[in-house]
Amino acid sequence: MTAPLADIRVSLETLAISIVEKALRHGATAAECTISEGAEFSAGVRMGEIEKLTEAGSRGAGVRVLIGLRAGSSYTSDLSPDGIAQMVQAAVALAKITSEDPFNGLPDPGDLGKIDTDLGLFSDDIERLDPKWKIEQAIVAERSALAADPRISNSEGASFDSYLGRRAFANSHGFSGSYRSSSCSLSVVPVAKSGDSMERDWWYTSARSAARLEPAEQVGRIAAERALRRLNPRKVATQSASVVFEPRTARSLVSHIFEAVSGSSVYRQASFLAGRLGETVAAPGVTVIDDGAMPGLFGSSPFDDEGVISRRTDVIHAGVLNSYLLNTYTARKLNLRTTGNASRGITGNAGVGHGNLFLQAGPVSPRDLIRSVEKGIYVTEMIGSGVSAVTGDYSRGAVGIWIENGELTFPVSEITIAGNLRDMLRRIEVADDLEFRGSVASPTILIREMTLSGK
Amino acid sequence: MPLQQSFFARKFGLTERDLESYLSEAMSRGGDYADLFFEYLATSSIGIDEQIVKSATQGVSLGVGIRVISGERTGYGYSDDLSPDKIRKAAQVAACIAGGPAKVERTGFTDAARRSLYPSVPSPLETDLAQRVDLVRRADAAARGYDPRVFQVQASFVDSVRHVLVATSDGRLSFDTQPMARMSVSALAKEDGGTPEQGYSGGGGRHTIDYFLNEKTPEYFAIEAARQAIVQLGAAQAPAGEMTVVLGPGWPGILLHEAVGHGLEADFNRKGVSAFSNRVGEQVASPLCTVVDDGTIGNRRGSLNVDDEGHMTQRNVLIENGILRGYLQDTLSSRLLHSEPTGNGRRESYQHIPMPRMTNTYMLAGESDPGDIVRSVSKGLYCTTFGGGQVDITSGNFVFSATECYLIEDGKLGRPVRGATLIGNGPEALKYVSMVGNDLKLDEGIGVCGKEGQSVPVGVGIPTIRVDRMTVGGTQR
Repeated sequence: MTAPLADIRVSLETLAISIVEKALRHGATAAECTISEGAEFSAGVRMGEIEKLTEAGSRGAGVRVLIGLRAGSSYTSDLSPDGIAQMVQAAVALAKITSEDPFNGLPDPGDLGKIDTDLGLFSDDIERLDPKWKIEQAIVAERSALAADPRISNSEGASFDSYLGRRAFANSHGFSGSYRSSSCSLSVVPVAKSGDSMERDWWYTSARSAARLEPAEQVGRIAAERALRRLNPRKVATQSASVVFEPRTARSLVSHIFEAVSGSSVYRQASFLAGRLGETVAAPGVTVIDDGAMPGLFGSSPFDDEGVISRRTDVIHAGVLNSYLLNTYTARKLNLRTTGNASRGITGNAGVGHGNLFLQAGPVSPRDLIRSVEKGIYVTEMIGSGVSAVTGDYSRGAVGIWIENGELTFPVSEITIAGNLRDMLRRIEVADDLEFRGSVASPTILIREMTLSGK
Repeated sequence: MPLQQSFFARKFGLTERDLESYLSEAMSRGGDYADLFFEYLATSSIGIDEQIVKSATQGVSLGVGIRVISGERTGYGYSDDLSPDKIRKAAQVAACIAGGPAKVERTGFTDAARRSLYPSVPSPLETDLAQRVDLVRRADAAARGYDPRVFQVQASFVDSVRHVLVATSDGRLSFDTQPMARMSVSALAKEDGGTPEQGYSGGGGRHTIDYFLNEKTPEYFAIEAARQAIVQLGAAQAPAGEMTVVLGPGWPGILLHEAVGHGLEADFNRKGVSAFSNRVGEQVASPLCTVVDDGTIGNRRGSLNVDDEGHMTQRNVLIENGILRGYLQDTLSSRLLHSEPTGNGRRESYQHIPMPRMTNTYMLAGESDPGDIVRSVSKGLYCTTFGGGQVDITSGNFVFSATECYLIEDGKLGRPVRGATLIGNGPEALKYVSMVGNDLKLDEGIGVCGKEGQSVPVGVGIPTIRVDRMTVGGTQR
């Protein structure tokens, strides 16, 4: 494969267009095609030695066809002419067995479009990285964690991963587009030990450009500090107490909000926020924004997975529910307009996804937020999935540090925190330390009077 | 059985000579071991929502993954293109992990013993879809018919056939065809003017579609989903704090999967990062507890004729009368630990490196009558249905989220309470098991286990058990 990259781009997009045309020839009245292609590199090291090395490329195509108001879809990793022909025929055959759905269809032509400025999704420095340098980053991060303290004597390892991708999309309204993306990340999982207590934690850095990764030494040092501060945890008594979520755990609440404002939950009434547009659903300090057009970030793209232009949507503005996040189908179901949030892999119908979804920073420092807590927990990790977007019921396992009279004291584990998202959103207090480490971001937040279950 | 009978020989003309040539490419820079994993997965999925058959999808993914092991190191390459030059290129990538002279490989393969834990099933791409559409329509109708308060139903039927072939540098050759089918139903119910509640049910396994026509019908799953949603309409707040918990039989076996299963996977133990590391022979559960992982049960979701490294699956005793007996091994860990593979080397797909994974994990039946177990509790919680779970294998802390629970008061089941997360510590939690029922049941076949980004189907099972002390994460104090 010596073809210049520009030619490959044209050919993927051209291939998507030709698959749409093929579908129309086979009897589809409308069609859309997604093709994705990627190359992954992954190096894992442990205790200073290479443990795993993976390098490979893969691609796949998916097609969704409509025959009138019926839809069918299929996908394949076999992009040979035979593989594509079988895929198209299967989708057309499937569209004959589904039901007519008056809300089915491609986006309105007026919604189609793409951001034409450079969103900084692809950085060619990743392509040029020497595998030896990547492995070295993981070794340095782990070494830095192991050197941090004699109690860090073991490790689950460190890894450096990079990915180069390309996505092409075309539909029978004449829209087509493609874009490249890149990412790299470095993470490390040190294990701390003291007496009978053994704890692990992790830290990472990720970016679309290798130049924007945080230094490997720093990643290792932070991971080590995080593991060390968990040693010899106590289980506190069952009680009502304040909960401070550090940014890494606060993000999960933003994800729960996403699930509740996602059009597919809303039209089924499978969300505690269904039917509440224009109402106050959160504290006045809560503003949640989805923005798929922020340069260089992981949640950005020039167009969504239906070819609708990416944009910024105020989901919750000063506590008031302002907008749901919608793709074409869910928008039509709710008699609203798409917000450019269609999301799909290569299989099936488009669902609803988010761009860069974040809780806007508040006025106080995290330190002042903690200082305002008489007793409570500073949550640094959560486990389990006991959250329902339907009812808002919330119950998850938590690990963290006990707060007593505004000060962080001893580590806590094997407890749960519980409440209901309806009430929790109304009591969120937001700090000023917003930082984007992925496509969902949140500053430190405080929610008073949650139920802690322990001893 | 000879290679000629394998799917890959028939469809792609793969020969023993090809396999030997790819393996010697993989070992071209030395290394202790190499294997090839060919996979072809055909999947069909039908979904109904709002009484409309909204989605119908079919697809194929195929490829080969090539691994080279050198000491503790693993090199891995894969290709979704089965042309010889692409496979060779993936082999060269994997070979880079070793840095020595080429190893001269033996020639010829020994065929693995064959067995058949599941039926042969036609490809979902070549069978009648109308029958599947009928299944989801029946589920929709049954859930709605169960109670007028049910107002939303989603049901899906997903089936697949996975062909695999493993060839190793130590001369083992095995191949298998693995069917899987699963029905899922989700129902929402509400009272007039009330807020909605959700119920979920599903199941299946390595079955033909006849299983859903004759044994576990769409109505069976649909009624269960609807029933759970209706039960939730009357549920009170869940309690908070430590209490006695009774787990019902079947899917609550997820306790074992989280509390002990993951912690006994050999990779974590080899590295000394599991709360169970170096504890073989120690008491880690009450003497009433015997826990096994068994990949050989016919038709089960977690069962396999051979694992994804070509080893026969088997029945492995993890905990015997409370004593820790052994770990779940894959090829790499068993080589490094000088023990035998246990048939637990699994991977999500050809794009993934195998790891030690569970198959079907369950606790053997005890002698107590399930009714007596509930009657023995003066105040506690009875949990029959769960969502997911998770474990931190290093500290041993695990959670699993109950979705259907009842208070127990003076030995009688009381009113239902809302879902709550239960939390405990793996090496400690099972020491509080004080009664084990005679009603062992395996789950309906819905489990998906995630580890390091790889998902594989698994099963769990448990009889009714009483746990004297467990922390329940509700809101009612």
